[in-house]
Amino acid sequence: MHPFTAGLHRNISKIVPVILFFALWELAARYGRFSTSTISPPFSTVILEMAALFKSGVMMKNLVSTIGRVLIGLSMGMISGITVGIVMGLRDTVGRSLSPIISILYPIPALGWLPLMMLWIGINEMLPIAIITIGTFFPTCYNTAAGIHNVDRGIVSAAQILGASEKRILFEVILPNAAPQVFAGLKLSSGMAWRMVLAAEMVAIPTGIGALIMKAESLVRVDIILACLVVLSFFCLFFEKCLEIIERKWTGKWSCHARN
Amino acid sequence: MPEIKIVNVSGNNCLNLNLTIRDGEYFVIVGATGAGKTTLLNMVAGMVDYTGTVSIDNIDVNQLSPFKRGGGYLFQELALFPHLSVSANIAFGLRAQGYAKSTVKKRIALLMDMMRIDHLDRRYPHMLSGGEKKRVALARSLAPSPKILLLDEPTSNLDHQTAKYLRGELHSLLKRLGITTLHVTHDLGEAKEIADRIALISNGTIEQIATPSALFSDRQTSLCLQ
Repeated sequence: MHPFTAGLHRNISKIVPVILFFALWELAARYGRFSTSTISPPFSTVILEMAALFKSGVMMKNLVSTIGRVLIGLSMGMISGITVGIVMGLRDTVGRSLSPIISILYPIPALGWLPLMMLWIGINEMLPIAIITIGTFFPTCYNTAAGIHNVDRGIVSAAQILGASEKRILFEVILPNAAPQVFAGLKLSSGMAWRMVLAAEMVAIPTGIGALIMKAESLVRVDIILACLVVLSFFCLFFEKCLEIIERKWTGKWSCHARN
Repeated sequence: MPEIKIVNVSGNNCLNLNLTIRDGEYFVIVGATGAGKTTLLNMVAGMVDYTGTVSIDNIDVNQLSPFKRGGGYLFQELALFPHLSVSANIAFGLRAQGYAKSTVKKRIALLMDMMRIDHLDRRYPHMLSGGEKKRVALARSLAPSPKILLLDEPTSNLDHQTAKYLRGELHSLLKRLGITTLHVTHDLGEAKEIADRIALISNGTIEQIATPSALFSDRQTSLCLQ
């Protein structure tokens, strides 16, 4: 099959189910069992409400707060996770010492930290950031350490024998080869960050998309709740796609080798 | 070109090895799997701990890092950098050692031409055949002009025809460059074809050292091979 036709076919097979899903939603909400109730608005109503929220500035104001928290928390979680992961992957003693602690803390659902953080940090702007940082630190750290650990020792020896310094070996040999697994951790963290921010805003913070959802819930405005969820879903996907593009740009030419 | 001297060297599964490889000599060590061939190479390269003395060019290199020993190493698994193109793989050592950009460029062109891989410069290791990978790995180990060259089963995993061809090329190239070469293999036929001298290694000890012609006319050899 011609590459263009194959690409078109692939895109159609991705888009068609999404269109069908929204069409089914629209039809079910208009002509289904709950068609007269306000608890199941059609897709078009949700989109119109979303447009109205954007027009009035309510959605944008809350969205900016949420994105800001996600960006700060995610950056902190990623930077600290990558740094600790690198040290764990490079230094066996550190890796062995920290592994049990990470193994104990990693399985704790990030939401489990919320009550503790509310007491330690208080209910303020730092709370969602701290929760996101904790939630994204573990998958990033774990995957970075594992990625570095899995790098073929042979290529490290080859670099040493060719006269590369430790810094060059880290940045030009180890990290590029660990990149596919590091990115797997980052993509996991990115999704985690959006779940965390929503939870923190719903429980404790009066601004942001999570808080808007809670206000809508108290007013039984399902259309607003759904509009917020659609926006959240879009941004979550957008962040993941951005990471995917960076990964492809960095490792695309050779990473099929790493995957094989 | 330097001489390699191995005096009372022991480590891992090797015991009290004594060996002198002369200037510009193509020396082949033959032994079965687990006989200690790769360990011996790694000890000369400084990649594993050992006792005894290894000297290169009359300098005791025991305390020197693998790089400072001035050797090139062709790994059995080749250890090409999967994320770098062929030319970047060859340039890696030169850039790491701080060669000027123009020198790196000239040296890459020379080596790629010498190894007949100049059409592969933009390809990545996973796009190459087994023979092409070996050539790239050899070009990479020769790039920083090593004093000695250590070859770990350089023709393994190649079909008979390609292995024979590569062997011939390897031998004539290294002889032309005059590099002292220590080559390990399990294939006595390969050793006979290219070696100036052959050592038979078994259970971590050297059983016999001789020229190919002497080795194959010696009754002791058959005992060693058993």
